[in-house]
Amino acid sequence: MTEGFISRGFRGRRQTQDARLPPGQYLVGGFPVLSAGPTPHTPFEEWDFSINGEVDEPRRWTWEQFSALPSETITKDIHCVTKWSKLGTTWEGVSVDTLLEGIETAAEYVVAFCDGGYTTNLPLEDVIGGRAWVAYSYEGEPLAPEHGGPARLLVPHLYFWKSAKWVRGLRLVNEDEPGFWESLGYHDYGDPWREQRYWGD
Amino acid sequence: MVAVRGRRLVWRIGEVIETSVQTPRTKSLVVEVPGWEGHRAGQHVDVRLTAPDGYQAQRSYSITSAPEDGRLELVVERLEDGEVSPYLTDELRVGDRLELRGPIGGWFTWEAREGGPLLLVTGGSGIAPFVAMIRHRAAAGSDAPTRLLYSSRSREEIIYAEQLDRFAAEDGTLEVIHTLTRSQPPAWKGYSRRIDKEMLGEVAWAPGSMPLVFICGPTPLVEAAATALVDLGHDPARIKTERFGPTGG
Amino acid sequence: MDEHRLDGNAAGGALGEIFPFEMTTAKTACANCASVAQVGAAMVYASAIGTVVRCATCDNALIRVVSARGRYWLDLRGVRYLQIDET
Repeated sequence: MTEGFISRGFRGRRQTQDARLPPGQYLVGGFPVLSAGPTPHTPFEEWDFSINGEVDEPRRWTWEQFSALPSETITKDIHCVTKWSKLGTTWEGVSVDTLLEGIETAAEYVVAFCDGGYTTNLPLEDVIGGRAWVAYSYEGEPLAPEHGGPARLLVPHLYFWKSAKWVRGLRLVNEDEPGFWESLGYHDYGDPWREQRYWGD
Repeated sequence: MVAVRGRRLVWRIGEVIETSVQTPRTKSLVVEVPGWEGHRAGQHVDVRLTAPDGYQAQRSYSITSAPEDGRLELVVERLEDGEVSPYLTDELRVGDRLELRGPIGGWFTWEAREGGPLLLVTGGSGIAPFVAMIRHRAAAGSDAPTRLLYSSRSREEIIYAEQLDRFAAEDGTLEVIHTLTRSQPPAWKGYSRRIDKEMLGEVAWAPGSMPLVFICGPTPLVEAAATALVDLGHDPARIKTERFGPTGG
Repeated sequence: MDEHRLDGNAAGGALGEIFPFEMTTAKTACANCASVAQVGAAMVYASAIGTVVRCATCDNALIRVVSARGRYWLDLRGVRYLQIDET
């Protein structure tokens, strides 16, 4: 057994622990990329964003239409379940409130679906009320493909696997549908402040 | 040779019994692991480092010792912004313990009984599994025609340079072809550019010879070489690759 | 070229903790495109969050593994079968 083994003199690359961080997190300088599959490269002419599922009328925007929607610049802390965090990251995107404005639904959950097949699930109330965006710019630059560009979901109050890269839409559903990682051990909700990393946490 | 059979891989602790500088940026380590059951040439181990607060980082390193050597040797290239490699090259000392699991990866292995011709294509620290294969080949007395095409930035950065050249000098059926991409010694008559299709066309056997091909190293090198060899007519089913990732591990 | 993908060997450690067999030479039949290949020839996306083994032909997720806090989660829905040789 190797319980309790410590490598003499090893500290790792992370900068520091910080009182502003949720439990178990540490700060990093760069922006790690964690991949579960090949990086999609959807051309803007082929990209669209949809709202469908339990809605009266599905919605769809082309890239041109999406770019014309009112956007916001927000600065948020982000926390990855693999323990790295970044404070004060700046994004530009469209608030999910804007995308869902006027929608009538009895659905209580959403599933974000993405190029490459990735999905993640959230309660509908966690993507409204100014808590979620579809972001296409990071630190003033267009979002790079390896970080989810053209656009990714941004839900900073939950672990960052919920901020789905290469997002193409939200499907509103009546029952919770565990997504890519939620169906494989990761916590259904994922609140970093309650350290909800895995099933049973 | 022993395969891992009837037993799951577990993390084990070994002791570093030897370290030596290979090139300005690489060091080889010999690790003694109690109960080590042996390995096949081409396999790797996963090394895991744990900080006092429980933080862990893990990387894979190919085993450079031959199965016949009865020991576990690794080579580590110090990456500038690396997290694990600088610890292994700069901090780790003889007597330290190291957590690892393995051997891993029976797919990317070569045993002398498989014969040849054998084409090994690599750059930088990708040489590691091929050092094991070449050492094993010598220990097994194999005369399978073998060619190693090895890309390095300069002569000083060729890892295991003396050993490889000595093996080639003593064995007419082993050819080691270097290409030096950034700087070459005076009077250098060898290749002086990155591995490309033309070079592979000159170095590789004709596809009709059906060589076993192994390619290991940074992802761009591996993908370029694999594509080129298929373009030259080699059977993709006889080409095995081990990508190290963008920075080479 | 995707810089983040590795060869099937990169999943050997994670799979080797679960299966008492040499897994990189195990054959998988893709549930999506039916192609048969050894795990070693598949494409692996591995990071601290989990390991995903994808079909080299169609990118379908063949095998997914998460290991954390003494538990393993293994999803094999992407394969029709796994053929493991004892030797």
